[in-house]
Amino acid sequence: MELSGAEILVHCLKDEGVEYLFGYPGGAVLHIYDALYNQEDVNHILVRHEQAATHAADGYARATGKPGVVLVTSGPGATNAVTGIATAYMDSIPMVVITGQVATANIGSDAFQEVDSVGITRPCVKHNFLVKDIHDLAETIKKAFYVATTGRPGPVVVDVPKDITDPNIKIPYHYPKQVNMRSYQPKVKGHPGQIKKAVDLLLSAKRPMIYTGGGVVLGNASEQLRKFVRTLGYPITTTLMGLGSYPWNDPQFLGMLGMHGTYEANMAMHDCDVLIAIGARFDDRVTGKIAEFCPDAEIIHIDIDPSSISKTITVDVPIVGNVADVLDDMNSQLELSSKKPNKKALDQWWKLIESWRAKKCMSYDRNSDQIKPQAVIEILHEITKGNAYVTSDVGQHQMWAAQYYGFDKPNRWINSGGLGTMGFGLPAAMGVQLAFPEETVVCVTGEGSIQMCIQELSTCLQYGLPVKIVALNNRYLGMVRQWQEFFYQNRYSHSYMESLPDFVKLTEAYGHVGIRIERVEDLRPEMERAFAMKDRLVFLDIVTDQTENVYPMIAQGKAHNDMHMSPYADLPQDPERELS
Amino acid sequence: MRHIISILIENEAGALSRVAGLFSARGYNIESLTVAPTEDPSLSRMTIVTTGTDRIIEQITKQLNKLIDVVKLMELSSGSHIEREMMLIKVKAATMAQREDVKRLADIFRGHIIDVTTTTYTIELTGSGQKLDSFIEALAEHKILETVRSGVSGIARGEKSLQI
Ligand SMILES: Cc1cc2nc3c(=O)[nH]c(=O)nc-3n(C[C@H](O)[C@H](O)[C@H](O)COP(=O)(O)OP(=O)(O)OC[C@H]3O[C@@H](n4cnc5c(N)ncnc54)[C@H](O)[C@@H]3O)c2cc1C
Ligand SMILES: Cc1ncc(C[n+]2csc(CCOP(=O)(O)OP(=O)(O)O)c2C)c(N)n1
Ligand SMILES: [Mg+2]
Repeated sequence: MELSGAEILVHCLKDEGVEYLFGYPGGAVLHIYDALYNQEDVNHILVRHEQAATHAADGYARATGKPGVVLVTSGPGATNAVTGIATAYMDSIPMVVITGQVATANIGSDAFQEVDSVGITRPCVKHNFLVKDIHDLAETIKKAFYVATTGRPGPVVVDVPKDITDPNIKIPYHYPKQVNMRSYQPKVKGHPGQIKKAVDLLLSAKRPMIYTGGGVVLGNASEQLRKFVRTLGYPITTTLMGLGSYPWNDPQFLGMLGMHGTYEANMAMHDCDVLIAIGARFDDRVTGKIAEFCPDAEIIHIDIDPSSISKTITVDVPIVGNVADVLDDMNSQLELSSKKPNKKALDQWWKLIESWRAKKCMSYDRNSDQIKPQAVIEILHEITKGNAYVTSDVGQHQMWAAQYYGFDKPNRWINSGGLGTMGFGLPAAMGVQLAFPEETVVCVTGEGSIQMCIQELSTCLQYGLPVKIVALNNRYLGMVRQWQEFFYQNRYSHSYMESLPDFVKLTEAYGHVGIRIERVEDLRPEMERAFAMKDRLVFLDIVTDQTENVYPMIAQGKAHNDMHMSPYADLPQDPERELS
Repeated sequence: MRHIISILIENEAGALSRVAGLFSARGYNIESLTVAPTEDPSLSRMTIVTTGTDRIIEQITKQLNKLIDVVKLMELSSGSHIEREMMLIKVKAATMAQREDVKRLADIFRGHIIDVTTTTYTIELTGSGQKLDSFIEALAEHKILETVRSGVSGIARGEKSLQI
């Protein structure tokens, strides 16, 4: 079969099993768009901005575990995609981004719509390629998918000059079944000696703590994790990226840790004597002050990327490997081991933890005459029975969604943690809704963030995506306002949103349903009404308390036991610290 | 601490910028970096001289290994090894006295005079970085017109070798 480069590209995507291609056309990719015409294997989704194409592909990838795929043109198409590529990179999301490039002969001549896409994206991709010969095209695409989806996942860019896709140049097509790269051979199995050491250390713990992260979701290891945690009976916390990998309402779960983590999770981190980190990367929003991080703990770290280990925090037992494999090995060792967890010490440890939990750090004013953002999220949980796919933007609303929704399945909480990209939520929700047309998909957002990709309401109309947008409208760049309140003596410099649009009319102009909710008593019925509209996109513009803050909060650079607490938390005397 | 890291990397366009970009993006020091293809033209060999605490060096080696194009890495300074650097140095040598002295110094350092004009000598000298520094110092009385240094290349002693 002789095909042009453009046709080869489309065939590769088909052979790779790509369902959706998120893209936007332009000069350098017109041959490819022509090859997309009149074929039904790969569904192209036309976004309204290339940033949204990358976020949509990213949302699709986070929800399905399959790579997201993007096609954009050269120059501004590629630069618009960079934010989404960097977002995926920071959270280790598998993605393949095909960027058009000017013809090979014109590269380097400041040609029309030329940018050095390989150069611009180099620091925010797992790897990138420039295809210089049509004969390399199919293999390069195969490599791109292989690199993106194996090891620590990440985005891969393939830059394709226009002449490579010339319809008049045809060559035989063959898509390789597999690739072998001598320079890239990710490790899966953990070192047995290290695993044994880790199990011994875990079983000798008096105040153990399990700290897990996005790696458990990415590595599809929730089952293994649940078994591990239940066998040991130890407390577990997850990062923002790990929510859902362990059920939120299980008594062993202490909630999220870190800057906006629970009191009990952070205190347990601070006081533990053995810590096992599983697919988590000791981010600065999690560790707080490095010098006072888990001061008494010996640390075990499972990660597939050696460079995540001992990067910021030096660990005692490093284990390089895939979480699922390593946990399988640990689980079988635990079964065989004659040693058991130290029950007496563990009982005492749990007693202490329960005393922290008794502070009810997530309390808020339930009698307010204003709509409390936390209440919105709790009602959202009830209405969707905790089964929705929830995407979010970045800010206070993101933290409230993380803290109050209550996730019990992985891949359902979809947010930009590492880069913190405002504008992520709506396009990500489109990707999720396409992947799961029958499921409820909610985008929790703020009136600031939603305006960064609001044009995608148009894409949602075109493809009939009934996303529910829950906008916690506090008329502030709330997260910024909170920092200004705490650390800049209420000097609210440019964090106030004046001249907000009428979101209801705006949504209607885009062909959807808009509902504004201002009064506490309308909240539940209006939300129920919105979620009953199964096949419509509904924008809920919910006017919330402007002054609400996210609690608890560890200020940047402070230790885990140094938290700003909600004025509504129970704050009895500090419990006696009976540390054995 | 000074460290020497050798890597084998796929000989592809952009390989050098991946390595250089890594160092600048993560704020690591590069004292010198040399690169050229090996006997297998599909591979390039780089020698990187860097400084940092043990923890930083550990991150540097991990981050380099993580680059998809890097095939293999060896930290030479962790074992017994040889380093060499080459220098071409052009010195004013117009008077008889100058010419004799420069020639004498070059001989002492086992350099070769590889180009001669009526007013200049160009000397080629190979050795450790320190030896090259000393030679420059020894030439203090003379007017140096140009120096070109290759940066360090290194290789492990004995059987140990960086190969795939
Ligand atoms: C406004 C805001 C506030 C935030 N506040 C908090 C907060 O309070 N608490 C918090 O936790 N975060 C918070 N974050 C998020 C934070 O910035 C980081 O994104 C997050 O903590 C990183 O999560 P993680 O450690 O799970 O790592 P991830 O970024 O999810 O990385 C996953 C790790 O697992 C490894 N891995 C991947 N796949 C596998 C596999 N198959 N096997 C083994 N290992 C694997 C990777 O190599 C990597 O080291 C906040 C973000 C924002 C925007
Ligand atoms: C693209 C981008 N620009 C700036 C920021 C910094 N930032 C973080 S949160 C935030 C405020 C978000 O406001 P809004 O969407 O209304 O959410 P709220 O905090 O009010 O819930 C800003 C500006 C960011 N994260 N992303
Ligand atoms: Mg806001």
